[in-house]
Amino acid sequence: MEFIQYIGENFTDLLSLAGTHILLVVAGICLALIIGFPLGIIAAKFEKVAPVILSLTNVLQLIPSIAMLAVLMLYFGLGNLTMTIGICLYSLMPIVRNTYVGIKEVKAGILEAGVGIGMTSMQVLTKVQIPLSIPFLMTGLRVAVVIAVSVACLGPYIGAGGLGVEIASGINTLDTMKIYSGVIPAALLAIIADFVLGKIEKKTKKRLA
Amino acid sequence: MNVITDYIEYWQDRYDSILAYVLQHITISFVAIVLAVVIIIPLAIYMTKMKNEKVKNAIFSISNILQTIPTIAMLALMIPFLGIGFKPAVAALFLYAVLPLLRNTYSGIKSIDQSIVESAKGMGFSAFQRILIIEMPLAFPYIMSGIRTTSVYIISWAELAAVVGAGGLGDLILAGIGFNDKKMIFTGTILSILIALFLDVVLGRVEKNILKKHKGGSTI
Repeated sequence: MEFIQYIGENFTDLLSLAGTHILLVVAGICLALIIGFPLGIIAAKFEKVAPVILSLTNVLQLIPSIAMLAVLMLYFGLGNLTMTIGICLYSLMPIVRNTYVGIKEVKAGILEAGVGIGMTSMQVLTKVQIPLSIPFLMTGLRVAVVIAVSVACLGPYIGAGGLGVEIASGINTLDTMKIYSGVIPAALLAIIADFVLGKIEKKTKKRLA
Repeated sequence: MNVITDYIEYWQDRYDSILAYVLQHITISFVAIVLAVVIIIPLAIYMTKMKNEKVKNAIFSISNILQTIPTIAMLALMIPFLGIGFKPAVAALFLYAVLPLLRNTYSGIKSIDQSIVESAKGMGFSAFQRILIIEMPLAFPYIMSGIRTTSVYIISWAELAAVVGAGGLGDLILAGIGFNDKKMIFTGTILSILIALFLDVVLGRVEKNILKKHKGGSTI
């Protein structure tokens, strides 16, 4: 009961925190897609650079999230921009890897057929390989979004917004209400995003099957 | 040049406290990993014998959801139940280790050729003997790779344990953010990556050694 009352009193605040949280995630993921998708294609097209790109994104993943954000903070200052860059770097690996795998997984026979009907290699890429790799990309996107929601919770430590603000102030004041009202929306956000993107992923797989 | 001498000086000054942070970090991660291995692997083996599909699916979806919850949210969630300090950190890290360990052990044992298990049954092995002598060794590479990835991730997540007052290298980073101190931030980051890489190499060695011994012993 107390909890519902607390939520009712602070509803607008919580809503704006959740809004910032979602915006941060969307901005970071968009940035990661803009960078990661071409990187994945390059890795798949040019075998020689593939190990470099893939291991580089892997190493990024190995850095603890708070440490990555702290290092970024040294160069980009406090605020939402740093958080967006951090989310982008952290969700790069699943996107690059899955784009790479998706394009690699297209069967040689299908490629041959594309070449056979007179497609240029650019056309094979845009009309055959990329559409067929969409389900893989969706898998990567789903993983990336879950990671992004988690990383975005660290906002308060580098001066960004998001639901982490509520969680962090709850931890610092040992206020159970605050902890719950930050944790539950954040967890729900991650679970719902995972669920919805999972459904979309299944749909794209079915369409191609 | 100045930067390097500065940094060396920093290490000389802070040698003790950095070592204490490293030890705390390793203790938290180690306790969480050992707990997870001791509890989750038997659970996974039990699940492979379970007939009830519904319970199995429920356990898998719960562990899936646990994995989705943001790290800091999980740590914060432990505070009302376990207070601050060592306990909530270990509990949260343990919950994160559930899914990778469960999935690897389960699929490792499921991947064993059923005819091998059948022939063991025919030779009069009891259920317990089958698990210990046939299934565990055959699924060992899977189980070990589960433990390896889990350990590496737990070392990285343990960095956040500092937020709930458990200490560890995260303290160094949080303090570094507070003072805007590059040396603290980089020390905390690099040490945690080094610990993770070191653990990965050590566990890889252990895996190879055990596999070698096993192969040597099974030529009878």
